[in-house]
Amino acid sequence: MAVNKVHHSCADALQGLVRDGMLVAVGGFGLCGIPENLIIALRDSGIKGLTVASNNAGVDDWGLGLLLKTRQIRRMISSYVGENAEFERQFMAGELEVEFTPQGTLAERLRAGGAGIPAFYTRTGLATQIAQGKPHEVFDGETFVMERGIRADLSLVKAWRGDCFGNLVYRKTARNFNPMVATCGKVCVAEVEELVPIGELDPDQVHTPGIFVDRIVQTTSVKRIEQRTVTSAR
Amino acid sequence: MPLDRNQLAKRAAQELRDGFYVNLGIGIPTLVANYVPADMTVWLQSENGLLGMGAFPTEDAVDADLINAGKQTVTGVPGHSFFSSADSFGMIRGGHIDLAILGAMEVSQEGDLANWMIPGKLVKGMGGAMDLVAGVKRRIVVMDHANKRGDAKVIPACTLPLTGKHCVDMLITDLCVMLMDETSRRFVLMEVAPGVSVDDVRSRTTADFRISPNLSEIQL
Repeated sequence: MAVNKVHHSCADALQGLVRDGMLVAVGGFGLCGIPENLIIALRDSGIKGLTVASNNAGVDDWGLGLLLKTRQIRRMISSYVGENAEFERQFMAGELEVEFTPQGTLAERLRAGGAGIPAFYTRTGLATQIAQGKPHEVFDGETFVMERGIRADLSLVKAWRGDCFGNLVYRKTARNFNPMVATCGKVCVAEVEELVPIGELDPDQVHTPGIFVDRIVQTTSVKRIEQRTVTSAR
Repeated sequence: MPLDRNQLAKRAAQELRDGFYVNLGIGIPTLVANYVPADMTVWLQSENGLLGMGAFPTEDAVDADLINAGKQTVTGVPGHSFFSSADSFGMIRGGHIDLAILGAMEVSQEGDLANWMIPGKLVKGMGGAMDLVAGVKRRIVVMDHANKRGDAKVIPACTLPLTGKHCVDMLITDLCVMLMDETSRRFVLMEVAPGVSVDDVRSRTTADFRISPNLSEIQL
């Protein structure tokens, strides 16, 4: 019998994995596809001095915003942090460090980290302050900037369905950063809406193979919507 | 009369071509989707992982798992697809997107763009903008020609941190349309809004620019 990856609560799933000052990579875009229950469990663990690699920082009272409010995050690696007043206040006051990383560069840094690639070259950010102090290289007559892969101590992801081997399937645009985040952590914990029996997931449709996932927990998601935009029915 | 937001979007939509893969930024660029000609197929790419973005959903079709890059609930058109952020930016950085339409805080006379932060004041981040201007085949900026205080936004050199250097191919403002001339590295004034004169443009522009011998009025 293989190692049992299934845990029955988020607190249980994080047991023994958290320590102050660690680097945590977190999936999601805005509030879409964030591991919302694992984030709450991370807050409740009392961990401090975190560096968090995540495209966004949640909103004031949800997602990673919860850990900002309690000052458990020391440093963020993000591409966009609007929509979060507390974030802005802490950053302006110099209480929070931010490493702004272009969105595509962030996705690639996470992907590279998970694939054992320590660095790569990109055109993105060339001649901007993002490129300052980074090595440049000319390929085929064009200049590129070197960016480093991100290897996290812990990865937290959210998927739609998963099985006890850790195979994951995401739903619609809730996929976003989750597949790369899942690969870049020394340990990856996934929360899923539905834990299904082995064989239920079509192997052709698995987005994240179970090798990347160490622990899995079934949760109920609130799935908060940031901008509810509708058109009137015709 | 300077163009309003919708007229700006309508003029920008004239740059779309059948079969184009297009990324629209937040704000006025988003409105361009409302003016895609009926006989044209344009694939809208949303960098959070959606190709073939459609209209806002009806109330009963709202899905928290289906949003655009502005975090708004949306739908997909027939044939749409979902993918990861790495694949999404593979499309963008790999030069597979035909056109990006985005907003700006400042544009320099050489086509540099600043649109992601105001030091000490506004901190939002660049999101996907740096990737878009570095990787998309053609980049159009849509914005008001001057800011709310009346200061020029088309200026000799950007004062704000850059999003990209030499990356603006076309500028569509409430006053005019300008095209970048690669040889002289200056914008060329191509079209003016109805009732707007070259002097009106000049008085609200501190950048050096040229005037096309074929200068015309913006047609909407």
